[in-house]
Amino acid sequence: MTALALRRALQSVVVLLGVSVVVFALVHLVDGDPVRLALGTRFDQETYEALRERAGLDQPLVVQYLQWISSAVTGDLGVSFRSGEPVTALILERLPATLSLAGASILVALLIAVPLGTASALRPRSVVDAAGTVLSQIGISVPEFWMGIMLILLFAGTLGWFPAGGYVPLSEDPLQWARSLVLPAVTTGLVSGSVLTRFTRSSVLEALGAEHVRTARAKGLGARAVLNWHVLRNALLPLVTVTGVQLAYLLSGVVVVEIVFAWPGLGQLALQAVQARDYPVLQGAVLLFAFVFLLVNLVVDLLYSKLDPRISA
Amino acid sequence: MSAAQDPVAVPARRISVRPARGRFTTALKLLLTSPPTLFATLVVAGVVVLALFDELIAPTGYNEVDVQQRLLPPGQGHWFGTDDLGRDVLSRVVLGAAVSLQVGAVAVGFSLLVGVTAGLLAGYYGRWLDTVLMRLMDVLFAFPAILLAIAVIAILGPGTTNAMIAIGITYTPVFARVTRAAVLGVKESVFVRASRSVGVSDARMLLRHVLPNAAPPIIVQTSVSLAFAVLAEAALSFVGLGTQPPAPSWGRMLSEGRSYLEDAWWMAVFPGLAIVLLVLAFNLLGDGLRDVLDPQQRSALEAARAKPRRRRRAGVGA
Repeated sequence: MTALALRRALQSVVVLLGVSVVVFALVHLVDGDPVRLALGTRFDQETYEALRERAGLDQPLVVQYLQWISSAVTGDLGVSFRSGEPVTALILERLPATLSLAGASILVALLIAVPLGTASALRPRSVVDAAGTVLSQIGISVPEFWMGIMLILLFAGTLGWFPAGGYVPLSEDPLQWARSLVLPAVTTGLVSGSVLTRFTRSSVLEALGAEHVRTARAKGLGARAVLNWHVLRNALLPLVTVTGVQLAYLLSGVVVVEIVFAWPGLGQLALQAVQARDYPVLQGAVLLFAFVFLLVNLVVDLLYSKLDPRISA
Repeated sequence: MSAAQDPVAVPARRISVRPARGRFTTALKLLLTSPPTLFATLVVAGVVVLALFDELIAPTGYNEVDVQQRLLPPGQGHWFGTDDLGRDVLSRVVLGAAVSLQVGAVAVGFSLLVGVTAGLLAGYYGRWLDTVLMRLMDVLFAFPAILLAIAVIAILGPGTTNAMIAIGITYTPVFARVTRAAVLGVKESVFVRASRSVGVSDARMLLRHVLPNAAPPIIVQTSVSLAFAVLAEAALSFVGLGTQPPAPSWGRMLSEGRSYLEDAWWMAVFPGLAIVLLVLAFNLLGDGLRDVLDPQQRSALEAARAKPRRRRRAGVGA
């Protein structure tokens, strides 16, 4: 177990280093002087020199990379070309919005997926199953941002139940926080939920066909007991993995939904950095996303091997 | 050595190694008798026809501005209504099909070429080549898809061509992984060992024997990736990084429609429906192809039914 954990952690570190090289190379492949581009019309010699020096752009590339990565390890991701603020602070500022949305979305997704997926699997080819299959198939085919727009059209426009966008911090007003969260969370939750529903269904079906379930039935256990103790426990185990992957995706991949709902999260920060050619921020955000992605995957893998004693090699 | 003495050689001769022509027609028949797959095939074919003859089908050009006709609701003359510049939404949806398909096809073609080559080499040669190539793919895989595409476009600049490259790079690792896994399975099969023992060259082996037998999961992945690529193009264009105005792009039309939600719902609804329909079709087609081509990957229900057969097959391989 420890050996496995160590090996997997080491692998993740190696991949992360690779990611950092790619991110760094991408940004330095750009033609022209990134600082000059970022300053644009606000150019003045003094700021220019200061930013160049702060970003270490007068150094050779290898030195620049080593400087960047060694300060990144200590949590210092440089300063924004645009605002001059530390990148780490900019990221931390956006974290609550992103975490709220990811958490709420996963909740919505599981609330849809587990009951619907289980019901579908228990009665294959029934009306419930057909409906579940059709809905989840459509769910994974709908662009999230379009779903968001449609929800705004209906629930913010016509019905006026929820705000069309914007984020209210939890510390400011918990009720408004929850209201602002509903539409974006349902948007991403429906899509993630579709993926998870399909997975839950096939996972439960597989567990239902297992031999120990037949044995449990043969010895006269009631249907409910078989379901709770022998089917669901085994079926929901692999769901941990898929949920983890979905969570990693939600923490980083909902750029476009954040735009639709004017949600001040990390995705929006990254996109604004692209539009403003603010490379330190882009570099930092992308590195952080990859880090989170790898970390969640690592934790899920280890958790899974902990939960499932068969996997321990 | 006669076949009878070598227990391995017997099943090797009995299993048909390459898909015979008969199997292809059976597969086609199976594909077309499943209603969702048939629906998907028809939709994809329909969109391809739309894209090929778009200028004949679309009632107007993609950028025929007529400000007096702006924001007209769907009805006579403009079935899908008009947008803020008085352009016919139906025409723009029809003309946008070609953009979506083109981006999808080129991007997935790129991923296919690079990813399959990498996976083929990694799986077949193994050792250091495997390690180097697959770790490289792991690195690309560690980026959230849309973000990697956005980062690539940040470097290359916005536009349709760059969107194709960005999406292509993003989906390359999936193809590498799928191909490698399939090659690992094929590599140890009896006929490959037999071919190797009679001195078939590596290039011939890879292209004539390994690739065709590793193809089913790759074909399935292609269909699914087309769905993702269409979604990704729409997303990139939506945030202004993909197809640039005034060219018609479904994602772009959605972002324009968003500003007029209260006055003109049709501007956002129709391009969105077009995306859903095409993506759904590629997804369903992928499912249908998987059922026919790659039975071991089928959903658990089918797998449970096919269990006895699968066990026997596993026995043969052992």
